[in-house]
Amino acid sequence: MDLRYSPDDDAFRAQVHAWLADALPALPPKPDPENWPARRAYDTAWQRALHDAGYAGLDWPAEAGGQSASPTRHLIFLEEAERAGAPYVGTNFVGLLHAGPTIDACGTAEQKKRYLPPILRGDEVWCQGFSEPGAGSDLASLQTRAVRDGDHYVVTGQKIWTSHAQVADFCELLVRTDPAAPKHKGISWLIMPMDLAGIDVRPMRTIAGSNEFSEVFLDEVRIPAANRVGDENDGWRVAMITFSFERGTAFVSELLASMQALQRLSDLAKKNGTWGDGGVRRTIGHLVADLDALWALTKRNVTQSEATGIPGPLGSVFKLHYSEARHRIGDLAMRILGADALSMDAEHTKGWIHSMSITIAAGTSQIQRNIVGERILGLPK
Amino acid sequence: MNFDLSPDERALQDAIRELCARRFAPADLRAEGMSAGRWGALEEAGVFTLRVPEDDGGLGLGMTHAVVAFEDLGRALVPGPIVETHVARAHGVPAPTSGLIERAAPTIDHFEHLLAIVVLDAGGAARLEPSDVEVEPVEAPLDPFTPAHRIVSLGDGERVGGPDVASRMRAEATMLTAAMLTGIAAATTDAAVAYAKEREQFGKPIGAFQAVKHLCADMYVRMEVARAAVYAAACVLDDPAGDDGARAVAGAKLLAGEAAVANGKTSIQVHGGMGFTWEVDQHLYLKRAAVLRNAFGGTHAHEEAMAACL
Repeated sequence: MDLRYSPDDDAFRAQVHAWLADALPALPPKPDPENWPARRAYDTAWQRALHDAGYAGLDWPAEAGGQSASPTRHLIFLEEAERAGAPYVGTNFVGLLHAGPTIDACGTAEQKKRYLPPILRGDEVWCQGFSEPGAGSDLASLQTRAVRDGDHYVVTGQKIWTSHAQVADFCELLVRTDPAAPKHKGISWLIMPMDLAGIDVRPMRTIAGSNEFSEVFLDEVRIPAANRVGDENDGWRVAMITFSFERGTAFVSELLASMQALQRLSDLAKKNGTWGDGGVRRTIGHLVADLDALWALTKRNVTQSEATGIPGPLGSVFKLHYSEARHRIGDLAMRILGADALSMDAEHTKGWIHSMSITIAAGTSQIQRNIVGERILGLPK
Repeated sequence: MNFDLSPDERALQDAIRELCARRFAPADLRAEGMSAGRWGALEEAGVFTLRVPEDDGGLGLGMTHAVVAFEDLGRALVPGPIVETHVARAHGVPAPTSGLIERAAPTIDHFEHLLAIVVLDAGGAARLEPSDVEVEPVEAPLDPFTPAHRIVSLGDGERVGGPDVASRMRAEATMLTAAMLTGIAAATTDAAVAYAKEREQFGKPIGAFQAVKHLCADMYVRMEVARAAVYAAACVLDDPAGDDGARAVAGAKLLAGEAAVANGKTSIQVHGGMGFTWEVDQHLYLKRAAVLRNAFGGTHAHEEAMAACL
């Protein structure tokens, strides 16, 4: 075991650091969080800047137009970007972390040629149409129906929790193509252009007051059969590949941001006198240990994916511990801030409310415990 | 950066596992505790000389090797002053068995087997002979295999290192204790999972019930989080350009101590009524975990140390 970076990796870090120092001051001001066209423009302009500088798709293979950088390099980039305060992946999330890698792994040559370069350049934005009102943790029970009609699928149903649907060009869509088959065997993975007739996007408001999620209603939407990724009825396998890209380094920026939030929280506690409360102080101390350990665990994950090419099962371990640490940071903030916490404009209050989503999104903590129990520990279903 | 066991580290892990399986099965522990023969087996395997330079007859290995070895010694509940003796040897105290305590410590473990006692204080590290220490036994020690004595008085002893040496010894002992605690967290996870697969109620293995499955998953998470912290801290201590490791070591010990105690408790819970019997081993892990969690700074002290880093 040796956590030291190689001289080459240190040189890469210096190069990233220098580039960020030049690129960040040139950014326009951050857009209004409710203005989705402006947010899309901001996020995609940043993606274009990354692309032009040779940092787009660091973790994508070279054949897909990426940099084939090692997971260690990807980690270094994310670390430097977060420390420098660079923009997040934002509306490019689904394209860069889900749809692009899935199309690269399972798509046809034409699909790769058509869809991958615009994702890397920031020209096209994707959203996700997986969950449904009746299919959350039990995703495979999804009901959105796709009936073959010549060269098209005619799709009718409802999707939910679709982030950035209001500004997306494409949707990675799971549909049921064989209602008679067992639930995992009748699903297909489609690319749905968001400008087709019959798509109705209705934004939802979250408890944090934000409106990034939408419900998406599909009424006889005609999607070309050529837009299917993988075989008909083999979409569950393709979706599992999509999920395999979701873990690994997906939480690096958030984890580093959490460390900074904890630092600000302790500064606040020192100012408002709550630092003198040993209970508060030791809760902070404990969280420092947790976040440090999660950073170490991230490096363990990176080493595993370097060895095997895919993120290891420690992804579920990370997600469980990280999401619960975020709850504890939020709870601590409420205790430290007292009455000052009772405004949705308070940074830490927003974080506290936001933390409720982290133990739910991308597999609830309960589902993660099933994954750990069954897939890692081999306990029976 | 490579955060996986090197071939060397893996070979050492295999050797320690083999030794523990052969000489330190739970039945042996119950039958003889620590015996001269078993101590000799640890000596022969190089447990105490792992980090002693090769020129001085040691193996010249680093802290990452040591944590891998001590994790498995913890897993097997190997008793005796093994951390203390290892750290004392690495800093030039050659006694076959050594104790290692803070001057303010209220108790000392395994006193009757100690041939030297290293005492740490603000001035550095001192070597005392057993005759320099006045003690009285603690009745009914929590861990049946860790006899303890209350310290009545401590002599000054002979200075063997300054404050830097003392703080390095303290960090190493804390580190290796954290490694042993990780081993306990792993052993109890394995035992609970094995039992949950085999024990049937309501017509199926209890591990099929989410209420039990999730207890096991939480055990695994605590163990892996602690292990990542322990291995990372060992890397910091091995890195000549790194810091003194105080933050990394305190964090690792805090999480490993909690993981070991929580997993010890959870394993007893998963074992149900049988888990509350003396004959089932799970209580031995919990009791050792409580002893080690308290050694070289308890939860309270480590949390304060971590808070002081901000």
